[in-house]
Amino acid sequence: MEYQSRQLLIQYGVPVPEADVADSPEAASAIQARLGGMVVVKAQVLAGGRGKAGGVRIARTPEEAATVAGRILGLEIGGQRVRKVLVTRAVKSVKEYYLSVLVDRNAKGVEAVFSDKGGITIEEAAAGHPGRIRHVGLDPFLGPDGTSFLAGIGADELGPEIAQSLLEITRSLFRLCVEKDCSLIELNPLSLVEGGKLVALDAKIVVDDNGLPMHPELLAFRNPDEYGSDEIEAREAGLSYVGLDGNIGCMVNGAGLSMATMDLIKHYGAAPANFLDIGGSSNPEKVVKAFSILLGKPGVKAILINIFGGITRCDDVANGILKAKSMIEIGVPIVIRLIGTNDVKAKEILQGAGIEAYNDLGEAIKRVVAYVA
Amino acid sequence: MSILVNADTKVIVQGITGRDGSFHARSMLAYGTKVVGGVTPGKGGQSLDSMPVFDGVDEAARATGADASVIFVPARFASAAIREAADSPIRLIVCITEGVPLVEMAQNYRYIKERGKVLVGPNCPGLISPGKCKIGIMPGQIHAPGGVGVISRSGTLTYEIVYNLTKAGLGQSTCIGIGGDPITGLSFVEVLQLYEKDPDTESVVLIGEIGGEAEEEAADYIKRSFSKKVVAFIAGRTAPPEKKMGHAGAIISGSRGTPDSKIKAFGDAGVPVVDRPDQVPEALRG
Repeated sequence: MEYQSRQLLIQYGVPVPEADVADSPEAASAIQARLGGMVVVKAQVLAGGRGKAGGVRIARTPEEAATVAGRILGLEIGGQRVRKVLVTRAVKSVKEYYLSVLVDRNAKGVEAVFSDKGGITIEEAAAGHPGRIRHVGLDPFLGPDGTSFLAGIGADELGPEIAQSLLEITRSLFRLCVEKDCSLIELNPLSLVEGGKLVALDAKIVVDDNGLPMHPELLAFRNPDEYGSDEIEAREAGLSYVGLDGNIGCMVNGAGLSMATMDLIKHYGAAPANFLDIGGSSNPEKVVKAFSILLGKPGVKAILINIFGGITRCDDVANGILKAKSMIEIGVPIVIRLIGTNDVKAKEILQGAGIEAYNDLGEAIKRVVAYVA
Repeated sequence: MSILVNADTKVIVQGITGRDGSFHARSMLAYGTKVVGGVTPGKGGQSLDSMPVFDGVDEAARATGADASVIFVPARFASAAIREAADSPIRLIVCITEGVPLVEMAQNYRYIKERGKVLVGPNCPGLISPGKCKIGIMPGQIHAPGGVGVISRSGTLTYEIVYNLTKAGLGQSTCIGIGGDPITGLSFVEVLQLYEKDPDTESVVLIGEIGGEAEEEAADYIKRSFSKKVVAFIAGRTAPPEKKMGHAGAIISGSRGTPDSKIKAFGDAGVPVVDRPDQVPEALRG
């Protein structure tokens, strides 16, 4: 579990094992001495496969904690240097559960998911023990209703203390979900430890992108590994972009039309280099930025611009194209398709610079595919 | 006829004094929509051209007789705007705004359902019944009146297909963009139910995309109880898994939301799925 997730869970009253963050072997040693007994020392980077990379180790003494922390600090995992480790008191599980609160797009609501088979992914649990996974709908304003929640998770089989703890933890997760705009909070495993207490040993928190502007403190939850440098550059410029493997760079307005344009390139026998939506109210600067991202991508042999003007004005895009041409060496063929708001004006602007634009999408795509064939 | 709106629909614009709100209020009015006023808190008493501005939705709806509202406010105020409209006499709420947090949408959905209101969007182009009423941001001139109902999760891709329909001489009864977010107000199935009952809608074009299960649900409904011809188009066949393709809802998660699953569902329902937007008119006639 990351320390960011830990802090959020602690803030909302979810029980987690005792732990602290260390940035040096000495600090790790001191934490072990304070916690006592066996500890888990874990690299703090937002990357998968930390165990395999040697980023998770056990220590039983202060000296051992210093040694393993020294080995982990400075490792590179998933291209990131480890600068911090989390030293956690090891706990002994009697039983492992799974508990999550999530926004369910199909039911258009919030639900809790519980399984008495924790420690494996919910997909594995669903495949192996489908009957053991309980879905309980939650009131999106009030959270879990005690009676129906307890019935929904099968409280009779769990015993009253555990069932009541699960209800309290679900209430906490629900508050966290609503107040911090999460789309998923998953505790797995949620362990029953000696003494009968439930403790979250690992957690996954997914913060909704649409909620991030309201919670800038949660930007750390965005996994840098999920995005390439071209994707980060595009996001900073306000463009919606996904890098792909083909050689036709695409610049389109609107997400649906961008996807359809990629699909048509494939349909006509070539492959798109990217998804790029320049957005609704595009200005010439955005077009220039989009060009520079596409041209910076290795392997792009031609560029297709497809604009269906609605709020996007075709003349703005035409001016952006001319501006980009004057500022950067483009060096690959460009095929342009413009239609909709102010398209006549746009075509005049482009014709003045000797650039032709298509009306018909199919023709434009066949042309750009011919360039890379 | 048409669905949800007609030539008598009276519309107010929430966020009418903002950049997008004022631009589109004028554009809807120019199209012939009865835009009867707008709302911007603190600017009550002012006006935009002939359109009076009010402080609140309830006051605006009562003073003007409006039964529909279109929302252009920034994302952080959109949920409050939806709920304010739901608590007024407004019947149809169209939310154009992109970026409404998902948890808030789960709450908004419950809120409007409890009050018996209809929500289109968010993150959508709105809806238009050509020649009668346009509530949204689509270019009016590409549409023509006729008998094809259009439903879509997208904006510009819908324009592309409507453009092909109009060029082929196929006008539209109503075109609705339900929105590109994971949770939207109206679903494909609810819109299909309205088209089924509308005598002026002869056939339907459904424009889906990757992510979620709305297309599968629509295909299942069509198979069971839809009597009119449907043609489908699915965007995102070349999209990589686990990546949001512009729309917050357009993401293939594990084995869910794949184009193959949607295409198969439509195939099972006897709905042709075309490969290209320009094949839609021919498939509708075929």
